[in-house]
Amino acid sequence: MDRESDPVAALVAAVAERSISYDGLSVSKSDGLYTFETTERQVTDLTASALGETAAGDPFVDNWFHWTQRSRSTAEQAFLRWVEHAEERSVPERYSALTSGVVVREWGQLRITATVVDGGRRYGLRHSDDRDADPAELERFVDPLKAREIATTDDKGRYRPLKTAPTLSTGWLFPELTGASLVEAIDFIYPATIQNWALEREGELDVTNWADAADRQSGIYAMVDELSGEQLEWLTEACCVDSQCLKRREWDAADGEEIDTPHGAGAFPCREPCSVVISAARKWTQIEREDTERYTVELTPSEKAQLEALVAAVADGRIDEIREAEFSDPANRQRARYLRAKRFDAEGTLSAESDRPN
Amino acid sequence: MSQQTDEALVIVAHGSHLNPDSSTPTFSHADTIREADAFETVREAFWKEEPSFREVLRIVGAETVYVVPMFISEGYFTEQVIPRELRLQDWDVADWESDGTSADHATYTAADTGATVRYCGPVGTHDSMTDVIVQRARSITDNPDVGPGVGLAVVGHGTERNENSAKAIEYHADRIREAYDFAEVKAMFMDESPEVDDVAALFESDDVVVVPLFVADGYHTQEDIPADMGLALDEPGSYPVPGMVDGTKIWYSGAVGTEPLLADVILERAADAGADVDAAIDRVKRRTGGTTIDAE
Ligand code: SF4
Repeated sequence: MDRESDPVAALVAAVAERSISYDGLSVSKSDGLYTFETTERQVTDLTASALGETAAGDPFVDNWFHWTQRSRSTAEQAFLRWVEHAEERSVPERYSALTSGVVVREWGQLRITATVVDGGRRYGLRHSDDRDADPAELERFVDPLKAREIATTDDKGRYRPLKTAPTLSTGWLFPELTGASLVEAIDFIYPATIQNWALEREGELDVTNWADAADRQSGIYAMVDELSGEQLEWLTEACCVDSQCLKRREWDAADGEEIDTPHGAGAFPCREPCSVVISAARKWTQIEREDTERYTVELTPSEKAQLEALVAAVADGRIDEIREAEFSDPANRQRARYLRAKRFDAEGTLSAESDRPN
Repeated sequence: MSQQTDEALVIVAHGSHLNPDSSTPTFSHADTIREADAFETVREAFWKEEPSFREVLRIVGAETVYVVPMFISEGYFTEQVIPRELRLQDWDVADWESDGTSADHATYTAADTGATVRYCGPVGTHDSMTDVIVQRARSITDNPDVGPGVGLAVVGHGTERNENSAKAIEYHADRIREAYDFAEVKAMFMDESPEVDDVAALFESDDVVVVPLFVADGYHTQEDIPADMGLALDEPGSYPVPGMVDGTKIWYSGAVGTEPLLADVILERAADAGADVDAAIDRVKRRTGGTTIDAE
């Protein structure tokens, strides 16, 4: 056994060079003898071989080996330690949970489980709505690249341009990923979320507020810098709240100019307006360039309420739930058709009188 | 798995908010390159999808990153959008010393991650793209010797949006004419003459292979061009291969970017910028039907 694969050999070799102190484990050398100490026990005056015997099978040693003797990026290390609650749980507590397989974290709509297998960690990944599903009922995947296909369409087969929309498809399972492949799979489902979350924890997240992001745009998007103030409230209300996107919005209008729309409770931050928002902003910029007019429209109170219900049904994505012949629902299709037949002309234009007829 | 440490390849492409097929070729070429084990890390990034150009460098985390644009020509995206979004410090298009089709690579530091970025010219203008067009013609006709007696049209947008786009089409058409034995080779365009609408009339050959120089299939390649040529479309994207137009047999190939050999062009770009990927290039060529015919 060598120090590459054997925790005890690695520990003995490492402490010969310098003292170790990690997650409640301390090992030091003085006058040729070793002291081995954990939150559970202390053994002193050990020779190198006695140190090896003492350390063998100790979860503190396995934990030290797993987290310090493997190369990982800072973000990967921080994330994988977060997954097993390494900062708030002691090693014995964690190892007992990891061996019984009940260590769980949620990341957006993902449910991550962690276990210890043969000294290494193994991770399970599935949709959090599938938490109680029988694994045999879920489609199983091994290759983290497959996560890309999972993330492409929702359960109705519709394309998902925004990866962090709360529409991740269900019914799949990665039963046994390594740490690196877990991070890779998550990166295909929620790109860059782990890196940005890790930067945020370090206090180094580079947030770009609306004003700078809009300024940077060119070509057909150069116009979006016309939006400001309330329009940004409406824009974030339309796109960025938790019901629409699982990222927690960290950007605001400008330095010291906050947007009041709730920033969200997501685990991972949004550091700048995304391409979907910029593209929507172009549409709103065009619309906001128009002047308002005052219209006189004739509607019964129920018809006005019906228009409100129709907008709400689309805005809340409720259309698919409205049943045929459910006439009590103002957004029912036949009711919308009746309203159109009564109040709209053959081109679909609402009969209304403008104060600025052209 | 890895052959190199601290070197990553990033393929940057347009992508789409509406059409998932737009990014499909980028993903499949990236997978081919992953399998060839050319880089420790390979990642795709998009203008309209995620990860964005803005965030891809922090994902790959490598010290040196080769960035290859899945774009057909030099222009707005390769010269303005990509360098800006990757935060390439002191980017200057003059560093490419390009005449419009000859951008090779230039090296910068990314302002946010500090990575060294070797920023390459687009796949569409690389010399090896010539071979991909020919390979596309072979695939669509299912004939490895296609050439004699057969016409080849290389189709692009035209100059309306970007003058370099037409240059790239003509560049490859010229190279194919010189190095391969097609009966006729023409550059044709959607919005200027010679127009792709006239393909049947402008070629003398009875069989004409039509290869659009586009990175992905979409509205232009699946609806516009086939309809312009007069191919019967039952529904978008379903045209006959071959199809008859005024007595000429048209072998329409769809976007050249879907041809597996395009993975080779991506690697060639990185190799030109200094990546040690010769062995991977051989593996990719063997897998994707590439030959070593040199068009020089
Ligand atoms: S800009 Fe808004 S919609 Fe886009 S990723 Fe950030 S929070 Fe989500």
